[in-house]
Amino acid sequence: MTTDAYRGPLPVKQPESDYYWEKAQAHELWLRRCDACEQAYFYPRDFCPHCGSRDVSWVQASGRGTLHTFAIVHRAPVPAFRDHVPFVVAMVDLEEGPRIPTNLTGVEPDPAHIQVGMAVEVAFADVTDDITLPVFRPA
Amino acid sequence: MTSTSKAAAIVGVAESDEIGLVPHKSALAHHAEAAHNALEDAGLTRNDVDGLLTAGYVNYDLADYLGIAPRYTDTTTVGGASFVIHVGHAVNAIANGLCEVALITHGQAGRSSRVPIPRDPNLPSAMYEMPYGMIGMPINYSMAATRYMHQYGEDRARQAMAEIAVSTRKWAQLNPKAMMRDPMTFDDYHNSRWIAWPFHLLDCCLVTDAGAAIVVTTPERARSLPKPPVWVLGHAEHHDHAGITTMPDLTSTPARVTGPAALGMAGVSHGDIDLTMIYDSFTYTVLVTLESLGYCGPGEGPDFVAGQRTAPGGDFPLNTSGGGLSYTHPGMYGIFPVVEAVRQLRAECGDRQAPDVSLSLVNGTGGALSATGTIVLGVE
Repeated sequence: MTTDAYRGPLPVKQPESDYYWEKAQAHELWLRRCDACEQAYFYPRDFCPHCGSRDVSWVQASGRGTLHTFAIVHRAPVPAFRDHVPFVVAMVDLEEGPRIPTNLTGVEPDPAHIQVGMAVEVAFADVTDDITLPVFRPA
Repeated sequence: MTSTSKAAAIVGVAESDEIGLVPHKSALAHHAEAAHNALEDAGLTRNDVDGLLTAGYVNYDLADYLGIAPRYTDTTTVGGASFVIHVGHAVNAIANGLCEVALITHGQAGRSSRVPIPRDPNLPSAMYEMPYGMIGMPINYSMAATRYMHQYGEDRARQAMAEIAVSTRKWAQLNPKAMMRDPMTFDDYHNSRWIAWPFHLLDCCLVTDAGAAIVVTTPERARSLPKPPVWVLGHAEHHDHAGITTMPDLTSTPARVTGPAALGMAGVSHGDIDLTMIYDSFTYTVLVTLESLGYCGPGEGPDFVAGQRTAPGGDFPLNTSGGGLSYTHPGMYGIFPVVEAVRQLRAECGDRQAPDVSLSLVNGTGGALSATGTIVLGVE
């Protein structure tokens, strides 16, 4: 993916997610964590989806996790992805607990090379001057 | 709370005039044709309608087009599950005297719409999923299927998905309104191209233009009409996430709540059901929904559907219209399995009529396995 040519859909940032995307631009992965029930959660919002507390903080994630599931996209869902297929969509269970959506990179897009449960680590794709997407690769 | 079991009956069902590839009809035209046809099926007219339920439109836009001014209105929109849930809402409204004749309509030019309907980009599920290419249901559901394969065995899951694709096509071959009526072999299934591994093309539903409608009314009025009433014996609704990446368990849908609840209200159990209709957006949707509804345990679905027992002549008739996989699927398919269940209960299905259908369970699923509605229907 190059900065000039990127045509994929970009996140439409919301007030409660600005910090997440700012940190991603700095190549850091940050999560919301509840100070009351002590669980980290995704996606960011200003109250805890587990216990309802509004007493929440931002914490930096280690970037380590395991592959919860994946799929290999062969038919581009929109024209912007035509040059990228096949590619791997995935969910990663972070060490801190939350599950997040991502792409798995640095691996053949072939089920023979990808195992649910494999260790992965965060990497950062600078897709435009304003947007960096956290992606994951085999650890 | 008073049970609303048998508090209302379905008295009319229909599709729009033409379904499949219909580039010369708008989505609203499908609504209007289906409404007209379902009211005719019921022996009622547009002037009798005082309740209107739909999804995908703001109700006054639809009512304006139809020329209806309802005193009960409901736009519950939880994807393809909506219309099954609307049946329950219509029963509740009728039981409480809020309306007497409820019209539920659906219409989508899924294939031929002149402008695509975008997902709201402000939503979290759009913000965090779409940039990664998680766009459209084949990609979302395929990730759930991969997790199922990991937990219960890839070969077992694959065989089950093939069984479902092949048996559903056999039913479609008996339905003149089905879009895909060519024979499908197991080899055809396994050799079809990848859409999003683990989904082949033949794991995925069609994209069509179609509409359908349902008319629900009071017991007294239902008994006065020409066709036998189809009683709503049980109904339930539930949703527990939005995008696929916030689904609590990718191998269990909200049907684990709505299945037992609807059966409980009806006072019947799985073994009593003569015909099961499950929204088959994908083969995996059927597999995971059979388990979630409680027809079998987690991971037992592959044994449950083995040996084409869900096909014509099998002992578990399933999706006898040919389903979203082979009959029609305009986008939010959930109304169509209700239409088929009613026709089967009235023994109107000709070549595809399943034997001795007096109780049917219908399950609709919406979003990314996000919402389900389950109803139990019966005839006397």
